[in-house]
Amino acid sequence: MERIRTEILPGVWLTALRTDKFKTAWLSVNLLTQLRRSTAACTAVLPYVLRRGSTRLPDLETIAAELESLYGASIMPSVRKLGEIQAVGFEAEFADDGAVGEEVFPRLAADVADLLLHPNTRGGLLRPDIVDSEREKLLERIRAGMNNKRAYAIERLYAHMCCCEDYAVPRLGEEADAERIHYRKLTMRYHDVLSTSPVEIFYCGSLEGKAVARILTDVLSTMPRGEIDEDIGTDIRMNALEAEPRYVTETLPVAQGQLAVGYRLGACMEEPDIPALFVFNALYGGCVTSKLFLNVREKLSLCYYVGSRLSTHKGLLTVTSGIDVKNYERALAEITAQLDAVRTGDFTDGELQAAIRSVASDLRATADAPDALAWYWLNRTVQGLDIDPAEMAALVEEVTRTDVTDIAAGIVCDCVYLLKGTEGPAYDE
Amino acid sequence: MTNERPENVWAATLPNGLRVRVLCKPDFQRSYAVFATCYGGADRRFRVGDTWTDTPAGVAHYLEHKLFDMPDGSDALLTLSENGADPNAFTSTNMTAYYFSCTDRFEENLRTLLRFVSTPYFTDASVAKEQGIIAQEIRMGEDDPDRAVWRNLMRCLMARDGARDAVAGTVESIAEITPETLYTCHRAFYAPSNMVLCAVCQDAPERVAAIAAEILPPERAPVPAADHGEPEDMTPKDARMRVELAVSAPQMLLGAKFRPAEKGEARLRQTLTAELALQAAFGEATAFYNDLYRAGLLGDDFGCNADYCGPIALAVLGGESKDPDAVCARVTETVARIARDGFDGPAFERARRAVYGSWLRGLDRFDDVCVDMAEGLFGGYEHMDAFPLLGAITAAECAAWLTETLAPERLALSVVAPKGGEEDADHDA
Repeated sequence: MERIRTEILPGVWLTALRTDKFKTAWLSVNLLTQLRRSTAACTAVLPYVLRRGSTRLPDLETIAAELESLYGASIMPSVRKLGEIQAVGFEAEFADDGAVGEEVFPRLAADVADLLLHPNTRGGLLRPDIVDSEREKLLERIRAGMNNKRAYAIERLYAHMCCCEDYAVPRLGEEADAERIHYRKLTMRYHDVLSTSPVEIFYCGSLEGKAVARILTDVLSTMPRGEIDEDIGTDIRMNALEAEPRYVTETLPVAQGQLAVGYRLGACMEEPDIPALFVFNALYGGCVTSKLFLNVREKLSLCYYVGSRLSTHKGLLTVTSGIDVKNYERALAEITAQLDAVRTGDFTDGELQAAIRSVASDLRATADAPDALAWYWLNRTVQGLDIDPAEMAALVEEVTRTDVTDIAAGIVCDCVYLLKGTEGPAYDE
Repeated sequence: MTNERPENVWAATLPNGLRVRVLCKPDFQRSYAVFATCYGGADRRFRVGDTWTDTPAGVAHYLEHKLFDMPDGSDALLTLSENGADPNAFTSTNMTAYYFSCTDRFEENLRTLLRFVSTPYFTDASVAKEQGIIAQEIRMGEDDPDRAVWRNLMRCLMARDGARDAVAGTVESIAEITPETLYTCHRAFYAPSNMVLCAVCQDAPERVAAIAAEILPPERAPVPAADHGEPEDMTPKDARMRVELAVSAPQMLLGAKFRPAEKGEARLRQTLTAELALQAAFGEATAFYNDLYRAGLLGDDFGCNADYCGPIALAVLGGESKDPDAVCARVTETVARIARDGFDGPAFERARRAVYGSWLRGLDRFDDVCVDMAEGLFGGYEHMDAFPLLGAITAAECAAWLTETLAPERLALSVVAPKGGEEDADHDA
């Protein structure tokens, strides 16, 4: 794979990977903004409003017909949260030009640029009927967050744990703010985001990087660029909010209890060693050979799922498990005990090697899927790391026992969240 | 769009009846293998020789969990994970599949996969231990609106077939399972003649077959007959079911049964006809979808597909909607219009290109390719034959299939609504 990275317009960066291995090609355009409660919902609705139509592709039918004729290409609005950066834009998946023997990318790039730059406006303002309709859909999406109980528990954990930080703001913004979305204000926000956001574009497919850059520069040439907001980033809190962990319980009519435990990664975030963090997480709760899976699930049969995840941008470790609420104390005690085991080096070389292999294998497999590559590179770009997945896998293979125990040593528990059912046995904290 | 098969698949059948399919992808890092049996949650009553056996709901899935236990006390899930593979398994109504992906040591992992799936080892203690884990998995399913809406649709549609019950069974039904039950089912359905092995790897496809021949039993066992009772009528048992769960908005699934075509090319033709008909009638470029989207009655989670469940097949469509009845009425109107006027020619051809593109892009996702190849073999056809056949499907046969399958008297509607009526009123305000 040949990779180029180049600034095609002021503050608009293209990462292009050339490869013949896929039948699927990928283009994503991400406008990076600072995640703030006051703007998050407005920013989140933007790609959905823009996806409704442009001057050249005025409505959903026209867009869908265009995409069907491009071999069922998809252009999806995207809203992602990387630490305290909210990235919005479009992700397009389409048949690679080489796989169908036709020019797909030039047309698709023009379509994406058109949706982004030339919305279907009335009197220079985003159309109120479309904004109203997409505001309602955003509200539905925000409310639908509760349908996946595991994700909901994580979001509620962050709401409590990071109550003094922007990180508590959900990816799509807060319901109350979404309700106030209005077409005039949204038009202003649109112009603001378009002219000041750093933009990260990612392409993966069979075309030469230079050709991709030329096509994109051409279709984006009318993009207004003002003073680029280069200072966006994530504020990392090293310690817990209070001296002792906080315990929060909420109720919903659910059959299964959801436990979510939030930790600060602490001192290691001074100079984060990303490969070591990946290995630590795999060893503790990130794969099926992990401490959590083997003990909480396999040994004690307390749950069907238990696992940990990292936010390397924000410096958080989060453990989640679906449990019978009567097992809450046992599950929490075991989750804590297993972190202590990692801290004190109570793991075998076999466990460490299994964790390393799992992470290295996942990283190498990243190179086999365009969407995984897009996500990988967006994360690395935000972190300012120029390391490809194979290089990262090689670094992972160098991680030592001490690297892992050093990370674990600085981790502090900040908040324990339990979502429990409204019916069934009463439970007292 | 060409009529050519985009990939060459290496094919073999071993003397014991196992069918092997291998796709070589030398440019990729990841290899993938799935070992699947034509046996799922709906196959509850079966005959071996002259003996009929009845089993409780959830056995196929329970067996899937327990098969990872090996006689030497090891757990194949761990063995594979420790060796850098990413293993898992799933059970559907008519298939149980075990699979792994890895970026290294493919042959070793393949051996482990074949060995553990063909080595039943169950004890009273190990079977009892799994009750807690599976009970939590079932509970998790109870809180999941997608699963609930599907399960209830099956209960509406099916009068007798085993597909009526959840694949995982219930906490009560799995309590009846003993090691003896598991041995009986394994003996009946896990003979190589009832199984397929599908893989994507970098080179040497004949090695995959050679390893299978070395590890699996050499003799060809008879394939058991599963009894699903009297064939189902094409009308649903109940026209609708509505339950309340902790969800943000109503989730709906509208479905109808249809009789699977004979195994072989007819089955593949029917599969493609159904997919194309649904895309052309309800896809993103249709007035059906766009009118309902603009009216706020459907969201971008809307989807439709056809699904084969053993002796019966289903067409289903649904997603989140605040007015499921309005969506149903529009489905019926759309079907009546197509029955009268047929499909619009250019729009139908665009839908064909979209379906082609979606099958083509699917070839980059190895897990999908392998499972699709396995499903094809169980349906008597080769997955790659879809590409040359797709061009031959006519608009008239799609219209005929759609009109017959989605006739008003054949439809059943399953709805999962938010708990308590008041919340709805709030959200609409």
